[in-house]
Amino acid sequence: MIGTLRIGVARGGIELKQTLTTPTDLFAYLFPAVLLLGTVFFMRNAHVPGTTFSLGASTLPGVLGMGLALGGLLTVSQQLVVEREDGTLLRAKATPNGMTSYVIGKAVVVGGMTILSLLLQLIPGLFLVEGLHVGVGGWLTLAWLIPLAFLATMPIGAVIGSLFENARNMGLAVLPIFGLVAISGIFYPITAMPGWLQGVAQVFPMYWLGLGMRSVFLPDSLAAVELTHSWRHGETFGVLAIWVVLGMALAPVILRRMARRESGSAVAARRERAMATMGR
Amino acid sequence: MTGALDAGTDVPADERVIDVRDLRMRYGATDVLDGVGFTARRGEVLALLGPNGAGKTTTIEILEGFRLRSAGEVTVLGVDPAGAGERWRARIGVVLQSWRDHGKWRVRELLKHLGTYYAPYSTGTIRRPWPVDDLLDVVGLTAQAGQRVMRLSGGQRRRLDVAIGIVGRPELLFLDEPTVGFDPAARREFHDLVHRLTDVDDTTILLTTHDLDEAEKLADRIVILAHGRVIANGSADALSRQVAGETEIRWTRDGQRFVHSAVEATSFVRQLFLQYGEDIGDLEVRRNSLEDTYMKLVLKSEGGAQ
Repeated sequence: MIGTLRIGVARGGIELKQTLTTPTDLFAYLFPAVLLLGTVFFMRNAHVPGTTFSLGASTLPGVLGMGLALGGLLTVSQQLVVEREDGTLLRAKATPNGMTSYVIGKAVVVGGMTILSLLLQLIPGLFLVEGLHVGVGGWLTLAWLIPLAFLATMPIGAVIGSLFENARNMGLAVLPIFGLVAISGIFYPITAMPGWLQGVAQVFPMYWLGLGMRSVFLPDSLAAVELTHSWRHGETFGVLAIWVVLGMALAPVILRRMARRESGSAVAARRERAMATMGR
Repeated sequence: MTGALDAGTDVPADERVIDVRDLRMRYGATDVLDGVGFTARRGEVLALLGPNGAGKTTTIEILEGFRLRSAGEVTVLGVDPAGAGERWRARIGVVLQSWRDHGKWRVRELLKHLGTYYAPYSTGTIRRPWPVDDLLDVVGLTAQAGQRVMRLSGGQRRRLDVAIGIVGRPELLFLDEPTVGFDPAARREFHDLVHRLTDVDDTTILLTTHDLDEAEKLADRIVILAHGRVIANGSADALSRQVAGETEIRWTRDGQRFVHSAVEATSFVRQLFLQYGEDIGDLEVRRNSLEDTYMKLVLKSEGGAQ
């Protein structure tokens, strides 16, 4: 088991190194960072309603929380769909302990990619807008919030990825996820939403990750503009923990079911379908 | 017919690397496999032939543990593949037809990484994994060791597929249409590699192919599937004897070329020499090729099935 863990971590490390030396991957990291920083930059002179605090500065931490959630949900599910289609998963299945190492490797590489994107947005952001500050309490919050973010979202991402046969159907999963972004108070204050929509948003990790990251970087006085006028760390931990339990219970079952169906002819059939679609 | 089929399965139990009995696979109301049975002995190269849709891929995927059967007994390396664990998996090699997986990996990096999965399963007699540099040399990819997988040519990729299949030094190797897309030189090199694996490492190989010439060259024994049943099982020679066929005889006399087909080639040639003696030149006697045998057997089974 220790050996399998080590191999999985090594696999993740190799793939992480590969994305850093592949120009298209680097573009995929930099492009959203530039886009978000641009948005934040143009919002810097607007103020959070009722305060003198920069709107840009107050938005950035929520965006970082969104990045954590999207990394776990979208990147994991997309990679799973693509790598099932191209036969990477079948190779893992044909190798002793291959599936376990594959899943561990995936967690490492997506975790690494997500942290990297986060730093690419945060570090320039600190120079663009004023008012962001991390205290001792903030560091402590990060220490539990980031691992919890990955544990709450990656297994769910793996479940989503297992349910879709090919990359072209993934839009069905992407749309609701971006719907969640819209209602989770990342770009637009959740307090301005109708009550039932606030309720929906608070069921999912997206809102809580945004809130958690705001609690890390923003002054405590800004908790006043949140729901219940507090950072709600207890609830954040609780809701994310429920998602961890849900994901950990579902993911192994769904992943195993998906892996059981993989075979050479399944991959060949998918390849033929994909080729036919590309040719059109 | 039954006697001829059983002739191939006369292998002592402890020598049987593959043992399949009355294997059945049913999808809905269709029987894809309808009572398939055969065995493979340690160190043997077994070729599974048959028309498309005969059940070759289904059979091989059941043996690989990638697919669950409907009924029948299957033992691979002494274990039922349906419930076999990782230790069993480490003793099996599967050559998959790659497409674009692991494209960003470098050849050497990928083989080295995949090798580490097999290290815990190394034994006193079989050192796992295969050292990367030796392996690269064996499959002829030393020059491409530092290249990204996505930059390999089609033939190089297939050789990498083979290298991945054997990196764990398997006791049993599955090859599903291994030389599709190979040029003649690459095909020859691949055949040499197969001989090396069976002669030096005592690897058992199960391969499917549509190239009958290849099957004749590589296989110790041939199993032909049609309509989900085994219609023939034996060496290429035994199969051609099993099919009553005519042998082709070619010769020249007085600068003229002659061709004749005879059921009893030996007595025909004797007559030929008795009649013309020294005048006969360039004599060639060709028994049914595996291709002729195969076509006859498959046609016969189709006649029987209708």
